[in-house]
Amino acid sequence: MSTQVEPSAPPDPQNYVAVQASPEFVALRKTLRGFIFPMTIAFFLWYALYVILSAYARDFMGTKVVGNINVALIFGLLQFVTTFLIAWLYSRFAGRRLDPVADKIRSEMEGGAR
Amino acid sequence: MNLAAVDAGTQRGITVSLFVVFVIITLGITFWASRQTRNATDFYAGGRSFSGFQNGMAIGGDYMSAASFLGIAGIIALNGYDGFLYSIGFLVAWLVALLLVAELLRNSGKYTMADVLAFRMKQPPVRTAAAVSTVTVSIFYLLAQMVGAGALVALLLGIKTGTTVFGMDANTAKIYTIILIGALMITYVTVGGMKGTTYVQIVKAFMLMGGALLMTILVLVHYKFNLSSLLGDAAAKSGKGAAFLEPGTVYGKEVAGNSLQTFYNKMDLLSLGIALVLGTAGLPHILIRFYTVPTARSARRSVLWAIGIIGTFYLFTLALGFGAAALVGAKDIAAQNAAGNTAAPQLAQALGTQYFGGDLGGVTFLAVIAAVAFATILAVVAGLTLASSSSLAHDFYANVVKKGVTTDRQEVVVARISAFAIGAVSIVLGILAKDLNVAFLVALAFAVAASANLPAILYSLFWKRFNTTGAVAAIYGGLISAVVLVFFSPVVSGTATAMFKAPAHDWHWFPLSNPGIISIPIGFLCGWLGTLLSSERNPEKYAELEVRALTGAGAH
Repeated sequence: MSTQVEPSAPPDPQNYVAVQASPEFVALRKTLRGFIFPMTIAFFLWYALYVILSAYARDFMGTKVVGNINVALIFGLLQFVTTFLIAWLYSRFAGRRLDPVADKIRSEMEGGAR
Repeated sequence: MNLAAVDAGTQRGITVSLFVVFVIITLGITFWASRQTRNATDFYAGGRSFSGFQNGMAIGGDYMSAASFLGIAGIIALNGYDGFLYSIGFLVAWLVALLLVAELLRNSGKYTMADVLAFRMKQPPVRTAAAVSTVTVSIFYLLAQMVGAGALVALLLGIKTGTTVFGMDANTAKIYTIILIGALMITYVTVGGMKGTTYVQIVKAFMLMGGALLMTILVLVHYKFNLSSLLGDAAAKSGKGAAFLEPGTVYGKEVAGNSLQTFYNKMDLLSLGIALVLGTAGLPHILIRFYTVPTARSARRSVLWAIGIIGTFYLFTLALGFGAAALVGAKDIAAQNAAGNTAAPQLAQALGTQYFGGDLGGVTFLAVIAAVAFATILAVVAGLTLASSSSLAHDFYANVVKKGVTTDRQEVVVARISAFAIGAVSIVLGILAKDLNVAFLVALAFAVAASANLPAILYSLFWKRFNTTGAVAAIYGGLISAVVLVFFSPVVSGTATAMFKAPAHDWHWFPLSNPGIISIPIGFLCGWLGTLLSSERNPEKYAELEVRALTGAGAH
C-alpha cells in the first residue's frame, strides 16, 4: 500500500511525457475529472440555489415546517448534509478508483519499469 | 446581564490568568518546536510530519477566526438567520479545496502557493505576482483580526469609558493588546516556524471546540433539546418576530420604494455568497497547510477532518447565536457592542450563572470563553504571518532576487526576518486603524483570494495551454479589480458605518460592498485572455506537473 517516503530519484522529463500519454494515465485522469468536475458543478449549483432563494424567495424560505423550524433553516442544514455527504463520497471514490491506479503508475515510474 | 456588572475584577483576573496559561503552554511548545526545526522543510512545512487528523485540527484552528466565533454568533444573535449564510458559505467552500485543490497542490508544490503557479512558467513574474497577492490577502486578514482583538479587549476585560484597568484606559488597552498579539505571533512564527504554529493551532482548535460544545449543550439543556422552542424564544426576544428566523434582515435587504437599492442589496448577497465559497481554496495560509502532511492521501484526510470539525463548529454557532438572542437578549448585547461581537461571551456568563452555581460560575465561564477568543485570534494571526513570510522568503527572495541560487539556511533566515517585518507592519497598521470599522477586510480577503489566486491555481492544475502571461494577468487582474472596487464601495466611504464616514468622506461609486460578483469573473477572464495573447507553450512541463499532481511521483 502507500509508502510514506519521498522518492529517491526524480524521474526524467521524457518519462513524464511518456507517462502522461500512457493509456493507464489517460484513464486515471478521465476517472478523476469524471468525478470532480460534475460534482463541483452540482454542489455549486445547489449552493447557488440556496443563496438565490435566500435573496429572492423570502416567503418560501419563511414557510414554517415544524413548530418554528422553517424552510430556510432546513435548506441551510441540508447544505451541511450535502457537504458531509459529498466529502464522504469523494473519499470512498478516491480510495477505490484513484489511489490504486495512482500508486501503480508511481511505483512503475520510481522503479524505472518504463 | 451586563458584562462588567458582576465582579469585573474577578472575571478580569481569571481571563488574564487563563490567557497567560495558554501563552505559556504555547510558547513552551514553540521553543520545543524550534529545537526540532533544522531545515527549510521543517520551517516551512513542519517537516511534512503531521498526520491527517493533526493537520485537520490545525486547519480548523487556522480557519475558525474570531470573525467566525464571535462575529457569526454576534450576527445571529442580533439579526437572526442571516449570520447562518456566512457559516454555510465558509463550510461549502471546503468542497472546492477537497475536490479540486488539496491533493494536487500537495503533490506538485513544495512550500508555497506559488510553487504550483510557477511550476511551468517563467519564475520571476509569476513568483512576484503570487507574493504580492499572498501578502495582500494575509495583511487584510491580519489587520481585521488585530483590530478586532483591540476592540474586544476593553469589552472582555470590562474596561468602561473613563475608568482604567491596570493603569490603562480603553484606548491604551487597545494599543497594548495589538502590540502584545503582534509580538506573540512574531515569536510563534520566527521561533517555532510551521511546527510551532501548527501546534498552537491544534491547541486552539481543541479549546475552541470544547468551549463551543459546552455552551451548545447548556443552551440545548436549557431548552430541553427542543430546537423549535429555542428558535421561538429567540425570535420573541429579538423584537423582530418570525422575520428573525428568515433571511433578509441584513443581507439582500428590501428597501421599500427603492427598487434600485433593493436590486443592489440582492446582488451584494449573491456577490458575498460567491466570494465565500470560492475564496477558501485560494487563501495562502490555508494552502500551505497541505504541505505539512507526507502524502496527497493525508492531505485528503486533513480536509475531511477539517470539514467535519468546521461543519460541527458552525452548527454550534447556530445554537450560540440563537441562544444568546434568547437568553441574553439583543438589547443587552447591542449595549455592549453594536456588532454583537460580545454575544458569545455574554451567553457564557448567562449559562455559567444558571448552571455553574451563580455569579461566580457565570464570571468564570465568561472568563474562559474570553480567553478562548484571544487564543483564537492568536492562532489565526500566526498562520497568516507564516504564510506571508514564507512567500516573501521562498517566492520573492529565493526565486526572484536570488534567481533560485540560495541555501536553505539563508532562506529560513530571510523568512524569519520577513515574519518580523510583516508583524511590525501589521502592528503599526493595526494601531492606526484601531478605531476604524475594518470588519469588511475579512470579506475582502476572501474576495481577493477568489478573484486572484483561485483562477491561477485552477488554470495551472487543469489547463494545458495556461502560461506565464495568463498567470500574471489572472493574479493582478483579480487582485486589482477586487481592491479597486472595494476602495470605491460603500464600506470604505460614503456611509455612516464606512471605514471613512460620510458626509465628510464620500468617493464611492461602486454600489456593492462585495466585489466578488465582478472581480472573480475578471480574474478568470484575465487569465484566459492573457494566456491566449501569449504564444508561450510548455507541454513537457505540463506533463510533469500533471503526472506529479495525479500520481505523486517526484513529489516533495
